[in-house]
Amino acid sequence: MELQTLTYIVVGLTFALYLGIAVWARAASTGEFYVAGKGIHPILNGMATAADWMSAASFIGMAGLIAFNGYGASVFLMGWTGGYVLLAMLLAPYLRKYGKFTVPEFIGDRFYSRTARLVAIICLILASVTYVIGQMKGIGVAFSRFLELDYDTGLYVGMAIVFFYATLGGMKGITYTQIAQYVVLIFAYTVPAVFISMQLTGNPLPQLGLGGTMADGTYLLDKLDMVLTEIGFKEYTTAGMDNRLNMFVYTLTLMFGTAGLPHVITRFFTVPNVAGARRSAAWALVFISLLYTVAPAVGAMARLNLMQTIEPTKGDYLVYAERPQWFKNWEKTGLLAFEDKNGDGKIQYTADKATNEMVKVDRDIMVLANPEIAKLPNWVIALVAAGGLAAALSTAAGLLLAIASSISHDLLKGILTPNISEKSELLASRIAMAFAVLGAGYLGLHPPDFAAGTVAIAFGLAAASLFPALMMGIFSKRVNRTGAILGMLSGITVTMLYVFQHKGVMFIPGTSFMGGMSQNWFLGISPNAFGAVGALVNFAVAHVVSRMTGEVPKDVQDLIEHIRVPAGAGAAHDD
Amino acid sequence: MSQESENNAKAYWKANLRLVMICLVIWFVVSYLFGIMLVEPLNEIRVGGYKLGFWFAQQGSIYTFVALVFFYAWRMNALDRKFGVEED
Repeated sequence: MELQTLTYIVVGLTFALYLGIAVWARAASTGEFYVAGKGIHPILNGMATAADWMSAASFIGMAGLIAFNGYGASVFLMGWTGGYVLLAMLLAPYLRKYGKFTVPEFIGDRFYSRTARLVAIICLILASVTYVIGQMKGIGVAFSRFLELDYDTGLYVGMAIVFFYATLGGMKGITYTQIAQYVVLIFAYTVPAVFISMQLTGNPLPQLGLGGTMADGTYLLDKLDMVLTEIGFKEYTTAGMDNRLNMFVYTLTLMFGTAGLPHVITRFFTVPNVAGARRSAAWALVFISLLYTVAPAVGAMARLNLMQTIEPTKGDYLVYAERPQWFKNWEKTGLLAFEDKNGDGKIQYTADKATNEMVKVDRDIMVLANPEIAKLPNWVIALVAAGGLAAALSTAAGLLLAIASSISHDLLKGILTPNISEKSELLASRIAMAFAVLGAGYLGLHPPDFAAGTVAIAFGLAAASLFPALMMGIFSKRVNRTGAILGMLSGITVTMLYVFQHKGVMFIPGTSFMGGMSQNWFLGISPNAFGAVGALVNFAVAHVVSRMTGEVPKDVQDLIEHIRVPAGAGAAHDD
Repeated sequence: MSQESENNAKAYWKANLRLVMICLVIWFVVSYLFGIMLVEPLNEIRVGGYKLGFWFAQQGSIYTFVALVFFYAWRMNALDRKFGVEED
């Protein structure tokens, strides 16, 4: 069957499934809307968490980053999985014990202050909106290819679908659709990887194929190193990201951010008890690791296939007029571009900017183009399109819900209009979602970076503000209201100023006040990696200020004692 | 809270912190130490087509993380029972 028709059918079927589930499980009460009535089985919740977690950045963006950065991209692999270890051990069980709906709610109660809650709301919205921009980039790429449109139009179509889908179901609907989406996305990710690993190394397990040998007896990674260094690129297996300190800090930022991102934390409010939260976090990591251990193979193999398509034998480049269909398809999206600089009609691909004729290869197209480059059957290609959309939709929906609940539940009900009815609260949260989609979509037209890079900035913001506040809230009885508020504010301010000075205010091009040049980086740390520095500032400020100001009140100390042990349900602290 | 249950809660919390510390040390070693700081010397060792440092950075650390979170959940549930603070 024709690829385009097949893609429509597969994507159409999966969408029908998600919508069906969303309608079947739609939320009737605010409890169901925010935390699915706290009745989700830990393994299923782990699966939903994995879908929530693995966004367009993981599915579409990450393997592309790995393909073009090699070893340096390990920061994403370690950062986005290692953060789960922190989440599982330092936050999830305690926040479940605390037992209310949202992250700002916890911060407001623990630091006995509406101001703290308000600051947490602001931090949450900044981090989540930035994250949604990254999703929008991924959604734009997927829809533009799938509907053969330009990137901008693809983005508009995506926005409409995300909005419709997220507002309908709330957390209950989202949880069940996310389980379906996890199955679709992991299947879509691993099937082509297995095919390609078989083609290249004869080993069906991509995790082993990556370390395996090719038909000519050389190791795949050695071959890739050789092909790349020959045309002037850095060696794949050793090419670092900027410098060692930067890689260290970058990984730390992604880990703190993982543990501090509200939409993932909220997931652990939906399981029945504390032991369930621990188990659920563990299962989530299993489901995530299935994709994350395959991604390095996808990246390396995609890069090798790309290089060998364009330069099948040394010095003999592909003739532009004979380029394959996938090349033409991606040219239509504007995300792949060729410029015949020396006029010989062939595609020279080199590391040298002056002679390189592949003038644009957007990293985010690699995963979607990969099965086409490897000449896999059409149904596999259609499946990948459906998987990419599943990943983008599930995360965007989870994030929008976190944004909406912080506005309707924390800001309106918690601070501005405490007497609001449950019905108006639900309505307010749907309206908040609409605005979040529009805002993120607008900024998604000019994303500050590739999908995964944009998402990394969101992690930086969460790492610098929410993660330290949550951790200190549980593990310290000394950090008080003033310390926490000033800590969060200084952490996020330091990080934002650093990002904005290099990337533009709210990422709007031309408003950066120092330019993105790496000479101006503090200790050589890139803006995307800076969140961990912000987090250290946050910890330090909170401790010093708490030392100089009053003690934590007795009833809050009791609340801390209470969340530290699993026994005894219900919240002890009332404000 | 009675003196006895307060002491029990303190002991539980201490045991919990010890477990977390052990896990975090392993967490640090496989990722930051093996995957980043010691990557060059480890890359001298090869396991099939993988350089070992590269393998830790892109595969080994992730497998260890999975093992860690299950180990933690298992030990914590045991601690809950030992100190009698499990949920009803």
